[in-house]
Amino acid sequence: MSKNREPKKYMNPYLGGVLLGLVLIVAFWVSGRGLGASGAVKSVVVAGVETVAPQHAQNAVYYKQHSEDSLKSWLVFEMLGVLVGGFLSGAIAGRLKFSVEKGPHVSGKIRLIAATVGGIFFGLGSQLGRGCTSGSALTGMAVLSLGGFVTMAAIFGTAFALAYFARKLWL
Amino acid sequence: MGPLVANEIISPDTNLFLAFLIGIGFGFVLESNGFSSSRRLAGMFYGYDTTVLKVFFTAAITGMLGLLFMSLFGWIDLSLIYINPTYLWSAIGGGVIMGVGFILGGYCPGTSFCAASIGKLDALAFIGGIFLGVLLFTEAYPLWENFFNAKYLGSPLLSSVLGLSRGVMTLLIILVALGMFWVGEWAEKRFARDDYKLNQK
Repeated sequence: MSKNREPKKYMNPYLGGVLLGLVLIVAFWVSGRGLGASGAVKSVVVAGVETVAPQHAQNAVYYKQHSEDSLKSWLVFEMLGVLVGGFLSGAIAGRLKFSVEKGPHVSGKIRLIAATVGGIFFGLGSQLGRGCTSGSALTGMAVLSLGGFVTMAAIFGTAFALAYFARKLWL
Repeated sequence: MGPLVANEIISPDTNLFLAFLIGIGFGFVLESNGFSSSRRLAGMFYGYDTTVLKVFFTAAITGMLGLLFMSLFGWIDLSLIYINPTYLWSAIGGGVIMGVGFILGGYCPGTSFCAASIGKLDALAFIGGIFLGVLLFTEAYPLWENFFNAKYLGSPLLSSVLGLSRGVMTLLIILVALGMFWVGEWAEKRFARDDYKLNQK
C-alpha cells in the first residue's frame, strides 16, 4: 500500500471483458435471462406512479398493461447489487470521491445539464428499444438475437455520428 | 440443469437473492474497468480510449461461447434462455435515441449507477434524467404505442437470418471482434490526448 493517494490502475480490458462475460453466463444459468439495467428504473417508475397517483395509473394504458410489475423484480435486486459492487470496487481502488467528471473545456453546470438531458434520451430510448446497452445490446448479442445486434449498431452508430457535434463536451 | 429457476432447482426468492449477488459482480467488474468514468466511456467515440469496445465485445463473445459450451455439456438448456423479441422499427428508433443520450450524457443506465456508487455527481444527474425519460415514455405511451409494436419479427437469431449455425456465427463474430480490437489499439495511439491518462497511469 503506497502512501500517496493515487487511485489504482484499472483492470486489463480484455480480462475485464472475460469477467463480465462470466457474470453474464451466471445470470443466464441462474435466471435464464441475462443482465439489465433500465428495466429496474421502469419497475420503480411504474410502482411509483401506482403509489402516488393510483387513479391515474388505473386509467393510463401503459400502467394497466404493466400492473403486475413490482419492485420485487429481478432487475431491481440486480441493480441494488450494482450499487454495492461498484462501491466496493471504488473503495478498494481508492476512487470514492464526490466529483463532477467532465471534459477539460466545459463548465460543471453545462456538464450536469448535458448529463440530465442525456439521461432523459437514454431513459426514453431504452423503453422504446425494450432494453438498454446491458439488457438489449450486450445480453441480446450473447444470445445472438437479431434485435440485440440492431440495437447495438443503432446506439453506437448514432453516438459515433454525433460525436463531432458534441466534441465541446468531451475534448 | 440450468437455468436454475426455470427448472425449479431454486425458488423465486432465492433467484432474487442471487440477482443481488450477480449485481454485485456486475457492478464490481464495471467499476474495476473504469466504466464509472464518463470521460473513459465517451473516449470510445473520439478514439482516445476504446475500453468500452474491448470490454463490451470480449464480454459478448465470452457469453456466446459460454452458452455454447454449457449447452454442449448439458449444463444449460438453450431453449429455456430468453431471446429478446425483435420489433425492428423500435429497435432502431430506440437505439438512435439512446445513442443521442450516450454522447450527451457520457453514460448508459448500468454504468451511471456504477459511477454514482463512487460519488460521480454527473452520473446522479444522468440517473435523474433516466427516470424522467422512462416517465415520459410511460405517460405519453399512446403517442408511440403503434411505433413501439410495429414490424414485429418474432425472436429471430442473427445466425438463422444469415443461414449459419450457432457455432459458425460465433466464430465469425469473434473474427470481427479481433479486427475491431486491432483498430481500437491503433486508435488509442493515434488519438491519444495530453489531458487524459489512459488507465489512470
